[in-house]
Amino acid sequence: MKRRAIRSEPLFFERNSRRVRRQGYLLPTLDVPEVTPSEVLPPELVREPDPHFPDVSEMEVVQHFHRLSQLNYAVDEGLYPLGSCTMKYNPRINEETARLPGFACLHPLQPQSQIQGALRLIWELEESLKAITGMPGVTLQPAAGAHGELTGILMIRKALEARGEKREVVLAPDSAHGTNPATATFAGFRAQEIPSADDGTVDLGALDSMMDETVAALMLTVPNTLGVFEHKILEIAELVHSRGGFIYMDGANLNSFVGRALPGLMGADAMHINLHKTFSTPHGGGGPGAGPVTVSDALLPHLPVPKVHRGDGGFELQWEDPASIGQMRGFYGNFLILVRALTYIWSLGAEGLRSMSDVAVLYANLVRHRLNGAYHLKFDAPSLHEVVFDDSLQTRHEVHNVDIAKRLLDYGFHPPTMSFPLIVHGALMIEPAESVAPEEVEAFCDAMLAIAKEAESDPELVKSAPHDTPVGRVDEVRAARNLKVTWTPEEET
Amino acid sequence: MHPWVGAGPEDRRHILSELGLKSIDDLFASIPAGVCVDGLDLPPAKDESWIRRTLGEMASTNVAMDSTPCFLGAGVYRHVQPSVVDAVLSRAEFFTSYTPYQPEISQGTLQVIFEFQTLISRLTGLDVANASLYDGATALVEAVLFSHRVLRGKRELVVVAETIHPMYRRVLDTYTRAAGIEVAVVSPGTDGRLDPDTIRKVAGDRACCVAIQSPNFLGIIEDLPQLATAAHDCGALAVEVVTEAVSLGLLTGGGSFGFDVVCGEAQSFGVAPGFGGPHLGFFTCSPKHLRQMPGRLAGETVDEDGARAFCLTLSTREQHIRRAKATSNICTNQGLMALAATVWLEAMGGSGLRELASSCLARTEELKRRIAAIGDPWRIAYPHSPTFNEFLLVGPASGIELVEQLASEGVLAGVPTTDWGGSWPDGLLVAVTERNSAEDLDAFVAALETLS
Repeated sequence: MKRRAIRSEPLFFERNSRRVRRQGYLLPTLDVPEVTPSEVLPPELVREPDPHFPDVSEMEVVQHFHRLSQLNYAVDEGLYPLGSCTMKYNPRINEETARLPGFACLHPLQPQSQIQGALRLIWELEESLKAITGMPGVTLQPAAGAHGELTGILMIRKALEARGEKREVVLAPDSAHGTNPATATFAGFRAQEIPSADDGTVDLGALDSMMDETVAALMLTVPNTLGVFEHKILEIAELVHSRGGFIYMDGANLNSFVGRALPGLMGADAMHINLHKTFSTPHGGGGPGAGPVTVSDALLPHLPVPKVHRGDGGFELQWEDPASIGQMRGFYGNFLILVRALTYIWSLGAEGLRSMSDVAVLYANLVRHRLNGAYHLKFDAPSLHEVVFDDSLQTRHEVHNVDIAKRLLDYGFHPPTMSFPLIVHGALMIEPAESVAPEEVEAFCDAMLAIAKEAESDPELVKSAPHDTPVGRVDEVRAARNLKVTWTPEEET
Repeated sequence: MHPWVGAGPEDRRHILSELGLKSIDDLFASIPAGVCVDGLDLPPAKDESWIRRTLGEMASTNVAMDSTPCFLGAGVYRHVQPSVVDAVLSRAEFFTSYTPYQPEISQGTLQVIFEFQTLISRLTGLDVANASLYDGATALVEAVLFSHRVLRGKRELVVVAETIHPMYRRVLDTYTRAAGIEVAVVSPGTDGRLDPDTIRKVAGDRACCVAIQSPNFLGIIEDLPQLATAAHDCGALAVEVVTEAVSLGLLTGGGSFGFDVVCGEAQSFGVAPGFGGPHLGFFTCSPKHLRQMPGRLAGETVDEDGARAFCLTLSTREQHIRRAKATSNICTNQGLMALAATVWLEAMGGSGLRELASSCLARTEELKRRIAAIGDPWRIAYPHSPTFNEFLLVGPASGIELVEQLASEGVLAGVPTTDWGGSWPDGLLVAVTERNSAEDLDAFVAALETLS
């Protein structure tokens, strides 16, 4: 158990309370004549100085963020088994390559002759992702997984338009990520849920009855959010395709089968890949990510612009294409994230990528084996990279998944994903990922087993957790009721 | 074996025997044979020196903005980069953590978001800011869809200034086409600024929002109070897009003039140009529309002992709770870039930000003066309209040709307007920041004189 010296840090706005002038950064000397802003700008638009935007010295800035950093848990501290998020190690060489001046200090609107290296990097990553998925086309533009979903669904929409069809419904299993139905709505479709069968996979009979000429696509996470492979994937794809629909594959769980299976063989028409999951780019406290989308031949013409082509004279950008869905965000995507992902893929190589998935699946099964019995496993189907338990054995003692999660904090681990998927009440979704040593996975299992015992012997201890974190259990209800989303000086309240 | 895979062959055998399995293949038995492959068609593993050399060579075939006097802008700017920004970003406590779903062990990230929200809100003049969006272009999209929701989908027209970054408008088109929302584009007058009466005419009583950019794509500062009034006269929400966030160091944000949304791109606050990403979209609105706001939000609360604490809040708007009824499908955002902006802004301080913005203005005015002094064939397209740190320069050739010609004189002179279309002349958008020394300006002027 850790004891932290730093438990709180004043807000930046509470620093330098006398509001005196200090200097945090020395600007380049003004070596041109000074200008009075109100003489060259419309005076009514010139800002008054804000007395509540303090000036502090450089070391105050460094100390402020150093102290704040001490209040965070992170992948480098210990196991972060957040299911569906693939919290793996973020290699340091990635950070080095992403900071190469030729990449980091490159303007996206420079002439093509000046950006050949960047276009080459995009092309190389595209080729790698095609090989990894067995699909013929890809766009690297989407900024995140959910953005990739939207890109894929808009391509499907465009393909239907090209066929002169109007289909209004997008199907997704009840186990799907919340982004799936949200994306469908955002793209102008109606989202409909397919019930799961007893083993947690798609109920083929239900799909058969729902899959009609109004259905544009089935959004399917493979393996699904229980970590279970859709073993009838070929039948599902055949059914959907034969009735004119498309398969959108949510690639959030790709970490489980790289080098073992190809989405291209599964019948996927579009699949997003979270580079910040499978391909190790850092999660950054909430982003940035990147969500490239690979596509089948059917969607190839509709990829977003700009597209990178390899020509005789070098790499070229294509900005216009009437069959394309258009542009999904500014410029070419989260480019520096792409640099990190290519670094990772090249570093691991074919064998390394396969062993990445092998060990990710091995670890999840170790967790399953060790915790089964102490925690209830609602769906008994074989697990790939993650395993979903529930809290039904603990609720007998009025201990819920949230309490288990908070108690894990005392043991020095990040908790699993909770209350998801929705088909498992009180879910604890555990994804260890492959990067840690086996001892770390075992220590996590020991902590989970100890908590299961505590839930019986001393439930109060678990219910009142955490006991050893920088702040105690946080009142999230109050945050939503008394909304305070910015700091306000007293005289402005 | 590979250093990024935690278990070696003996570890694997050990675990397999505990699981009662012979081979790792057994763990994949649930995958049907028809979709399986035996390995990938990719090269073998590479060591660090190979990676460093190969990617280093690839990067060096690009022309970095720092290598030569550089005046590129048009939505991506080169400003000072304090070393403390990258030092903080490189702390694993920040960059290797994820969305702060567990507030008890995420107070660092949460407080940073809260400070970011406060800084952005004070700069834009609107009381609520979210934790970030993908970039400026998608922030515009979110602002338009937000306006559509606030007016309950009863108004199907969006009025957009032509002088919003053309790339932002292209991205907007992708989304509005899918959502069935009509877009009307309003061109600027002969001075490069929008005319409020034209806006009134186009918006009529059908528009859910009027979106403008200031400083606009041509670098010109719009008459914000008049434009907000024009939008409100039509019953539409007023949306201001900002692509050069440093301008807010000197110019009052639209919120103070009645704009309902101020959103855009904050790459200028300490985020690397990075060939276009990751950048930092921001979004601010009034508290009365808070529940329609997209994206994550950190709020202040207390812990069980009454101590101040922060957590994510109003997640009932978001996809993981509301699913098909969410305000947006956004999940992952640009958290680390919001951290960069927070460190950058706090290192600058209120006075420093103002001084920096004033420096941009002074250098821009100086370059404009010197170009005017050269005269023919060089001309500033809108000489009487106020600009902050960017302006449109017209010369003896098309923008694209000028870029190439001036590059051969050793100056990255600007972004051509040639391929963007638009009602303005074909020329070069020239951006001047505090990074452009007097020598840079000399080099720029000398290059123009060579081509005169």
